[in-house]
Amino acid sequence: MKKTGAEIVWECLTREGVEVVFGYPGGANMPLYDAMLSYPVHHVLVRHEQGGAHMADGYARASGKVGVAMATSGPGATNLVTGIATAMMDSVPVVFITGQVAAHLIGGDAFQEVDVTGITLPITKHNYLVTRADEIAETIREAFYIARSGRPGPVLIDICKNAQVESCEFVYPDEVKLPGYQPVMHSPRNLMEDAVKLIEKAHKPVILCGHGVIMSKAEEALMQFAVKTQTPVASTLLGLGAFPASNELSLGMMGMHGEVHTNLAIQNSDLILAFGMRFDDRVTGTLKTYAPRAKKIHIEIDPSEMHKNVAVDVPLVGDLKTVLTDLIPMVDEYDHEEWKQEINNWKAEADKRSIMNWVDDGKLYVAHLVADIWKATGGGAIVATDVGQHQMWTAQYYQLEKPNRWLTSGGAGTMGFGLPASIGAWFAAKDQEIWAVVGDGGFQMTAAELTTAVQEGANIKVAIMNNNFLGMVRQWQEFFFEKRYSAVDMLTPDFIKLADAHGVPARRVTSPDEVNEAIEWARKTKGPVVLEFKVEREDGVYPMVPAGAALDQMMQRPVKAG
Amino acid sequence: MNYTFIALVENRPGVLNRVASLFRRRNFNIESLAVGRTEDPEVSRMTVVVDCPNGEMDAHKIEANLYKLVNVIDVQDVTHQPSVTRDLALIKVMVGPERRAEVNGLAEIFRARIVDVAADSVIVEITGTEDKIEGMIELLRPLGIVEMVRTGQVSMTRGVNDGVRRVPGVNGSRYDDVSELAEMTP
Ligand SMILES: Cc1ncc(C[n+]2csc(CCOP(=O)(O)OP(=O)(O)O)c2C)c(N)n1
Repeated sequence: MKKTGAEIVWECLTREGVEVVFGYPGGANMPLYDAMLSYPVHHVLVRHEQGGAHMADGYARASGKVGVAMATSGPGATNLVTGIATAMMDSVPVVFITGQVAAHLIGGDAFQEVDVTGITLPITKHNYLVTRADEIAETIREAFYIARSGRPGPVLIDICKNAQVESCEFVYPDEVKLPGYQPVMHSPRNLMEDAVKLIEKAHKPVILCGHGVIMSKAEEALMQFAVKTQTPVASTLLGLGAFPASNELSLGMMGMHGEVHTNLAIQNSDLILAFGMRFDDRVTGTLKTYAPRAKKIHIEIDPSEMHKNVAVDVPLVGDLKTVLTDLIPMVDEYDHEEWKQEINNWKAEADKRSIMNWVDDGKLYVAHLVADIWKATGGGAIVATDVGQHQMWTAQYYQLEKPNRWLTSGGAGTMGFGLPASIGAWFAAKDQEIWAVVGDGGFQMTAAELTTAVQEGANIKVAIMNNNFLGMVRQWQEFFFEKRYSAVDMLTPDFIKLADAHGVPARRVTSPDEVNEAIEWARKTKGPVVLEFKVEREDGVYPMVPAGAALDQMMQRPVKAG
Repeated sequence: MNYTFIALVENRPGVLNRVASLFRRRNFNIESLAVGRTEDPEVSRMTVVVDCPNGEMDAHKIEANLYKLVNVIDVQDVTHQPSVTRDLALIKVMVGPERRAEVNGLAEIFRARIVDVAADSVIVEITGTEDKIEGMIELLRPLGIVEMVRTGQVSMTRGVNDGVRRVPGVNGSRYDDVSELAEMTP
């Protein structure tokens, strides 16, 4: 059956199970938009392509499926770049489809011609330039396979306009032919035996749970392994939700703003089991003194992560779920009572400084607000954040029980991610409660997507934590630049009027006694809602491991006077 | 220290760019890079010589990252393997007829050839290892080298390759019985 390239694109997308795409039309993808009308795919018209990229990313994180975002050539495609890099750093499967000028014009600086495959080469798992209609089907098949298999990641397909218009015979290939792309699933037996020997000898083991646990859908296996060996589980920022926070083995978040007892457990451990994580500098502190007495077992699908930052004793390359499932019957049961007690003692000591013990002083603190939202939602909402202080407080106090509910830009740290990511997530989970906790700075970067939320009727609740500061930068200036505040004091628009102009119900909250009522009101109100919380301006995120310091050199929250 | 890698890559547009970009992105310096066709028209072959200040650690990193490129089919680190290595240089030397014999003599010692003679210059062609070519260049330099071009190093291991796809961290130097581990699950 003969079809145009544009039709073939949609034939392929529907065969890949795509139900929603986030995009923006323009000259170089108009044939795609024309053909789209005949296919049962919902298109979300975004307000800026970056928003579309983050929506597709949020959709992918919340659904565990591949997200799709589209843009036209030139500026449309370059507007995607931040979103592509964000997905790349966090290994999120998104397929980006951009229009490109006609093949015969390439290289001639035609109108809206930009070398998109060149620009995105280092920030995609793989990318393609398609110049003929008959390449489209095979390319899309490959792109989806590459995006979701192995270590997932973004794949970009740049399709020339002539390829969209020309016709050819359409056959969807049954299989992909990629001789050089063979993700390893199982780890070799002899290496697993080496791992078992280390586990046998350990008295102070810790599991480091990363995003890979969620990506590989290994939560069940992780639970079985942790319970069988009674090994405490610390989580990276992106690993949160993979292991229930309420479980007695859960240590919560590690790293720069990780919990005291968690970082102490890592530094004092004699065995680290790193599952689907990559020893990012934000979780290790200085490598010179990182977990000095610990043997290290690393299970990870990407061989290039082995020994990249931390040299390990047993590298197990493979799919985490598969390797763990192989490993569980090989390990014995342990109880590690003493070790768990030691950690609990650290925790009890650190908890004395917790902001949760503070009595009401009439001010709003983000940590308290997040805990209030957590209580109101029963800990079951999907939560998206921007980047900054509010992100860390949300990570610390929105205690997650389940995976695919935590949408935050970890590796790239992209401000402006929260609002669009929450909108994308809504398309993946329309029956779930969805909150975007954002800073006043980050919110302003992608606030235009509020209209998108209204147009789509996305049922999302936006909590703007307004400290009138670029809070995290301010905190660093306070700690490390002698409080010389430079370019962090930020005027914000009247967020209530701004929401109002978008047709979004909104409330401003200025004192603690209004909080619960406002949260309940937001939850009850259908469609997008904005809550602006006027929070304490100069609160700091604690504990904090200063960049480049040892993981156990934490600045702790000062004990509050009075 | 310099490490030598042989990469077999799919013969598709842009693959060279992907490889070059990887070295730039991961902050490695390419000492030499030679690309050409192979016996299979769908496969090209690259020999890449890279400076690895951290030795084996860097070599592992490079190998693993090359494998991450979707179009890279196979990578071998041949630095410590018995292999044949060649580089070809064309060297134009400024000599009039009176000193041609001198160049000729040197060329003979190095098994090089004079491939072009002009009124005031000759072109010497030399094939061999890095060291040999460097040696010849040093001796020709006082005579006046005006132009030079080198192909970059190409390498091939001796004997028949075992055909095992090596995945760093899985069957690197220590473990080698895992050829069935790679699994395709589209
Ligand atoms: C796109 C982008 N630009 C700059 C930064 C650097 N940065 C990190 S946190 C931060 C401050 C964020 O302020 P705000 O959104 O108000 O959140 P808060 O820290 O106050 O909670 C900045 C500027 C970034 N992460 N992303």
